[in-house]
Amino acid sequence: MAENAVAEEIDLSKIDKICEKYKGKKGSTIPVLQAVQEEYGYLSKEMLERMGDVLNVSPHELYGVLTFYAQFYTSPRGKYVIRVCRGTACHVKGSGRISEVVKEEFGIGNGETTDDYGFTLEEVSCIGACGMAPVIMVNDKTHGNLTPEKSREIFREYAKKLKEEE
Amino acid sequence: MSAVKTDIIEVHICTGTAGVASGAFEVMDAFNEVFKSKNVPAIVKERECKVKKTGCRGLCERDVLVDIYLPGEEVATYEHVTPDKVQTIVDEHIGGGEPVKKWAAKKSYYDFYKLQKRYVLKDCGVVDPEDIDDYIQLGGYEAITKVVKEMSPEDVIEEVKKANLRGRGGGGFPSGLKWTFCRKSPGNHKYLVCNADEGDPGAFMDRSIIEGNPHDVIEGMLIAAYAIGCNEGYIYLRAEYPLAIARVKKALKVAEERGYLGDNILGTEFSFKLHLKEGAGAFVCGEETALLASIEGERGMPRPRPPFPAVKGLWQKPTNVNNVETYANLPMIIKNGSEWYSNIGTEKSKGTKIFALSGKVKSTGLVEVPMGITVRELIYDVGGGIPKKRKFKAVQMGGPSGGCLPEDLLDTPIDYDSLIAAGAMMGSGGVVVMDETNCMVNIAKFFLTFTQRESCGKCIPCRVGTKTMLDILERISEGNGREGDIELLESLAEDIRVSSLCGLGQTAPNPVLTTIRYFRDEYEAHIYDQKCPARECSELIEFVVKDERCKKCGICKKVCPVDAITWEKGQVAYIDKETCVKCRECIVNCPFNAID
Repeated sequence: MAENAVAEEIDLSKIDKICEKYKGKKGSTIPVLQAVQEEYGYLSKEMLERMGDVLNVSPHELYGVLTFYAQFYTSPRGKYVIRVCRGTACHVKGSGRISEVVKEEFGIGNGETTDDYGFTLEEVSCIGACGMAPVIMVNDKTHGNLTPEKSREIFREYAKKLKEEE
Repeated sequence: MSAVKTDIIEVHICTGTAGVASGAFEVMDAFNEVFKSKNVPAIVKERECKVKKTGCRGLCERDVLVDIYLPGEEVATYEHVTPDKVQTIVDEHIGGGEPVKKWAAKKSYYDFYKLQKRYVLKDCGVVDPEDIDDYIQLGGYEAITKVVKEMSPEDVIEEVKKANLRGRGGGGFPSGLKWTFCRKSPGNHKYLVCNADEGDPGAFMDRSIIEGNPHDVIEGMLIAAYAIGCNEGYIYLRAEYPLAIARVKKALKVAEERGYLGDNILGTEFSFKLHLKEGAGAFVCGEETALLASIEGERGMPRPRPPFPAVKGLWQKPTNVNNVETYANLPMIIKNGSEWYSNIGTEKSKGTKIFALSGKVKSTGLVEVPMGITVRELIYDVGGGIPKKRKFKAVQMGGPSGGCLPEDLLDTPIDYDSLIAAGAMMGSGGVVVMDETNCMVNIAKFFLTFTQRESCGKCIPCRVGTKTMLDILERISEGNGREGDIELLESLAEDIRVSSLCGLGQTAPNPVLTTIRYFRDEYEAHIYDQKCPARECSELIEFVVKDERCKKCGICKKVCPVDAITWEKGQVAYIDKETCVKCRECIVNCPFNAID
């Protein structure tokens, strides 16, 4: 599993500018975490410390909030994030198998990232596209009416795309 | 459907989430390109041709859906449109006046709408959600104009009370009464919050309303804000809905520019600032006190009530929380009057309800029906029944807080009170249909897995209780169930229901309780016979092809991903248990139910 190997080389100075915008504003903890994560893709211990300094709040407080919500990440994620919907409609139409196909293709389980930071698997509760269940999202693109085989083709296409981009 | 009145040619393309996923923007580009090219029929050159993006009109499964508006003719709808069909549609239909029959919407498309009463969704799928002028042209912002210029706040509350609007978020609390509490609370600064944290798996009503007609929700919030005396508001929208977020952002900006939001709205004393707050992925934030904690930037944990938000809500100020659909009902109540509104629906549940119909039903999508219609009508007449000639087994209504209803309760009328009596609930409106291949123990386990994961952990009954229930369900579905497990589940469920802090915990046992109530025999088969009658729990399946039922078609061999099946023409298939990974592909695909 990929760990924080790249953390030291990251330029943290952008954090200051982002945080200034939110400083002193009530209710800004979640938006500021979202903004910093938007920039870096995840939130490391070092980033939280820097944020705490600028915002004048304890990094522990920030950590407490971020661990509560599913959409904050404490380690880097894949270039392509595969969200497999595990909502009710998708469940009754067999979405469990789609997660298995991800495992078969990339060797990753829920919440895991491939070693080359290519793909992350995330099982999500419901992406609200039940009319076309079972559904997955790869980054912002939604793919619906899947079968295990159709999903396998889609994953292989993304794998091909990833190779070409390198 | 009436004839088109304008003299321009319009092409409406569904660009809801499902539409976009099916390629709506590509279809849109194709129409634009064809219209611009030289190779077009004369009529296209003579007239203005407008390609318009609209929101979801409901039947997501048939996307990309395209409506063609020709002057003086009835609107024609095409389903499953792809870019390569566009040139033909333009040539034959727009140019030649002959609709392309093979791609035109079929009878089942129109059947889907026959029993529906689309009032809240009237303009969803018609209006361009990113164009405020389009909304205004269809009568938008007329209601708020009437409210601020002709009505007192008390008049508005009275009107909503007379209409007997009940909260669409699940509980069904009378909205007018809720507003009165907040209005009467002392304080100058009051908040209005729109709960758009639609986290129920199997629900997408709020997403579709916001994506399809965001200004309708904003106008509804303005009406409520005026009536209660709120000067600031938040739309708390879940981050999983990127398209809805983008459209709300745009709508808020334009509404402010046009003077519908901000200071001195429409030149009056009334001021209202409205912000968008993106959620960060926590189901419990759909609970109103947790939602408020989340807006404040805290961990989204529920707070004990009382004090209720109407007294001490957001930042300790009086706050009114309603959901998206409730607000979306308001403009039409004001425009058409409470008398008109209260004629729709049943005695105690007025108006319509929007449902997200999905699962094992032919026409899946978004439907709006009058209260009082039966569950059977919803599934069979609107949804077209169960596909693949399979048998109906149960319908799950109300999400993780709701329950599963069996066949003999299909004639239950859809209203708040009848559904609760049957053991389900209106909830936010998710309706997931299940057929004979769905295991009821598995579905109970599915919901418990969900609530257990989403439990915030603040109170013990919910945190530990749901985990214990889940453990029991897991061992039952793996064939290790014990005598007394069903009774244990029932007793745990009662304890969790009475002692949890918030709605999430109090209702979490419902899916288990209703499946035990109506499908007890299935639980017993798992525990005492180590059998899963629906053949969904793979630990309890033998994976053996039964000679007498196998028709030797070989489909199972084709679908097996690990080549565990040997079959030759004219022979019964054989599954090699060493290679088999128990993925159930063969069972799902066998047309003859020949694998046990």
